[in-house]
Amino acid sequence: MKLTIQVNEGPYQHEAADTAYHFAKAALDKGHEIFRIFFYHDGVNNGTRLTTPPQDDRNIVNRWSELAQEHNLDMVLCVAAAQRRGIVDDGEAERNGKDATNIAPGFRISGLGQLIEGGIESDHVVVFGD
Amino acid sequence: MSTVKKMMYINRKAPYGTIYAWESLEVVLIGAAFEQDVSLAFMDDGVYQLTKGQDTSGIGMKNFSPTYSALGDYEVNKIYVDKESLEERGLTLDDLQHLVWEDEDEDWAEKDSIHLVSRAELSDVLADQDVLFNF
Repeated sequence: MKLTIQVNEGPYQHEAADTAYHFAKAALDKGHEIFRIFFYHDGVNNGTRLTTPPQDDRNIVNRWSELAQEHNLDMVLCVAAAQRRGIVDDGEAERNGKDATNIAPGFRISGLGQLIEGGIESDHVVVFGD
Repeated sequence: MSTVKKMMYINRKAPYGTIYAWESLEVVLIGAAFEQDVSLAFMDDGVYQLTKGQDTSGIGMKNFSPTYSALGDYEVNKIYVDKESLEERGLTLDDLQHLVWEDEDEDWAEKDSIHLVSRAELSDVLADQDVLFNF
């Protein structure tokens, strides 16, 4: 089955980011295809590499990056949501005159059309969040 | 893209307090360009999103409620409002904006976009969708 996963909540604040990760991992283990993981609302905070959780806690951001690398996943942060919340890649830094970037490996910033496309191209969209 | 799917956006949260309502509306507006069979549902506190006469001056937030009246121009004209959610909050259809669209096939006749449905009817509409975006 082809899936698009939407993550609407930030890491650590809300378990949705964890549940989405575990779901993605389980789906891949079962042989399903993940067309795209789309991060929206505070979910874009899953994609900042500056996260530094305590050493005895899970690193949610690194965990996503590793999953993306292992399975060649397309992980997209919504550009409008990312701009509001200060998640920046090279292109955004240049366009908006920011002095730093913080996007984590395996993520890219793109538009909401990527979410709609996920809905069109996938068998199911699975949404995590309140 | 030639595939047309039934896509429904479900709105369950009050318009202010969290950003879900506003960022849901942004998806609807972007998604309109994809020429899908789009509908919106408003339930729970989400029914407050459609109330008329919103005034956000006291909280320093952008009042985005006028945007809903533009949905008809984006060919987003199937808006389902959960009747029980309205009643639970002491609201009636009269408390909501009058949202309309113009039907090209009937000489641009103005038609109501909002359909007041019972929870049971809404669940039938939900069951009929291909894609649900939940906000």
